[in-house]
Amino acid sequence: MSRKPRLAVFKFASCDGCQLSLLDAEDELLEICERIDIAHFAEASSDLQAGPYDIALVEGSITTDEDAARILRVRAESRFLITIGACATSGGVQALRNWGHIDEWVRSVYPSPEFIHTLATSTPIAAHVHVDFELHGCPINHHQLVDVLVAVAEGRQPRVPSHSVCLDCKRRGTVCHVVSRGIPCLGPVTQSGCGALCPAYDRGCYGCYGPSHPANTTSLLRQFQKLGRAPDELVPLLRNFNATTPEFRLASEQLVVLQTNGEGKSL
Amino acid sequence: MSSPDIIEVPILTRVEGEGGVTIRLRDGVIENVELNIYEPPRLFEALLRGRPLEDTPDITARICGICPVAYQMSSVHALEAALGVQISPTIRRLRRLLYCGEWIESHALHIHLLHAPDFFGAASGIELAQRFPNEIKRGLQLKKFGNRLLEVLGGRAIHPISVRVGGFHRLPSRDEMASLIPHFEWGVQAAVETTRWVAAFSFPDFEQPYEFVSLSHPDEYPMNEGDIVSSHGLHIPVTEYDRHFVEEHVAHSTALHAVRRDQRTPYFLGPLARVNLNRDRLSPTAKRLADEVNFPLHCRNPFQSIIARSLELVHAYEEALAILRDYASVGPLSSEPAYMPYQPKDGSGCAATEAPRGLLFHEYRIDAAGKIVSGRIIPPTSQNQKQIERDVTDYLTGRLLAGATRDDMALDCERLVRTYDPCISCSTHFLKVRWEEPT
Repeated sequence: MSRKPRLAVFKFASCDGCQLSLLDAEDELLEICERIDIAHFAEASSDLQAGPYDIALVEGSITTDEDAARILRVRAESRFLITIGACATSGGVQALRNWGHIDEWVRSVYPSPEFIHTLATSTPIAAHVHVDFELHGCPINHHQLVDVLVAVAEGRQPRVPSHSVCLDCKRRGTVCHVVSRGIPCLGPVTQSGCGALCPAYDRGCYGCYGPSHPANTTSLLRQFQKLGRAPDELVPLLRNFNATTPEFRLASEQLVVLQTNGEGKSL
Repeated sequence: MSSPDIIEVPILTRVEGEGGVTIRLRDGVIENVELNIYEPPRLFEALLRGRPLEDTPDITARICGICPVAYQMSSVHALEAALGVQISPTIRRLRRLLYCGEWIESHALHIHLLHAPDFFGAASGIELAQRFPNEIKRGLQLKKFGNRLLEVLGGRAIHPISVRVGGFHRLPSRDEMASLIPHFEWGVQAAVETTRWVAAFSFPDFEQPYEFVSLSHPDEYPMNEGDIVSSHGLHIPVTEYDRHFVEEHVAHSTALHAVRRDQRTPYFLGPLARVNLNRDRLSPTAKRLADEVNFPLHCRNPFQSIIARSLELVHAYEEALAILRDYASVGPLSSEPAYMPYQPKDGSGCAATEAPRGLLFHEYRIDAAGKIVSGRIIPPTSQNQKQIERDVTDYLTGRLLAGATRDDMALDCERLVRTYDPCISCSTHFLKVRWEEPT
């Protein structure tokens, strides 16, 4: 591109953390602005320029009819649409509603539920429009975000690693908590990106970067069950920030079936 | 009588989250102002039900990417109250240190990138950097070291992973803490320079008889514990929150509004309230600096919140530095537990802590199996919302009388809302200002 690419940031249902990652790139922020024209970023600038945009960063999931219509407009005015974070790529923690009864959930939080208009599901952006690239994580890694932006600005395909957290632990020299302490850890089935943080802080991975590819959840869960871990404990572990990804959903639903059909059965 | 005219300012920018303001005028006077929060509801209180109580700090952190530590702190303290857990002095100090990191990154972001541009007619901190390159670069460095602290102690800056009910998953090493000391020695001085810079801005002349509310602790600047006090003489333990404050649900918002229960009046939370109510417990440098810049003893001008926020930036750096030095020289005993053990039991508990934007109240009921039965979360912005609406009404009424144009008033409205550093994702983001006026 001869001119600077124009960047826009859009928010749907989310916590703001992933777009904040761009402002958290303190060392690179002013330099990024030399190479990319931030045309629309409401959290950072009052100068909101109209589309079309070269790059759209989309944070958040679709939980309302208005947002389902808005994402179509965002797609129409964006050349590359990149989703950032677990909400945008999988539906986020608010997708736990997909297993609940939405009316009862709204009634339990709001005294006047008639004022609230929300869908019974929280869905990822790719369920609504074509997405050019997905950056995973809850939250995303801002170094990966900067790499992706630079790649797109230079007209390259962005590359981020897709191996599992488990491999990163071996590289860091972190002792395996599953082997040494028998605690459940989703590291073997979770995509790299965080730097294998949780195991380095003496806890199991809770899957916030979503499933790795491949992700042998059946084998891992069988191992956890051998270690005496009940579905009661494992289902919530799979159902948090990437609960509706096919891999984690299937695994948690298998466990629920086992639970319903009687305790003690193994996968 | 004429029909109302609606004026709409399309977007409130440089705030966290998406909402709007509708201003309704009738017969040339401002009849009503509504802060509309369009943020789609995410139903956290509902999705927590039935989950292991241990999930709560990780899940409630996802309410807000700017202040996740606040959600983690209020949730673990509320759950510890329900479980009867007493934390160790080391855990208590490290939690204050973690909170300092969050105050620093959140305050440095708001001061430099979100708020300061308003005083120079700039659209963004990035634009302001052309005029004040050193100040903005310094601000980014200040923000960065807050984030580094969160990364070392919490694992990462956004949605830290080291916090758990009872304490931390692991205690930091002395070396990790020691490595931060030079940055924090620099930070105290840099934050002092920031405070002197913002204190010299020119502020609109606007004062209101606010009721300021914050936590207050006899020995320290409030963060994780203390009683709830107000500038109107209220002094209550946190457990009596519901007797004095109440949430109401209004049609234009997915957030609940809180007001004082008896009087149905709004109240004011955040750095300005905290400094006004706890000035004598600011760190030595911050206290001296408040006097040096002639910060009013009971400042009632919301635009000057940026000074209060900067004083707290100094405080957070100085307190963090003291904790870091202490920890790096003495450190924890090798036998010191990272967390306090507990047995699940039926019960309930509540806690309030001071998020960067103000008091954040959490309450949980748990069952004997350690599952969440119910949760209630009252974020600072939904408590400030009514006060923000009152302020916009009063301020714009004055501006209207002074002959301000509609465009100017729309800008004024946004600037005033921004002084509160509203966190709209927390309240449940995109602020639209709509004007209603007879045509």
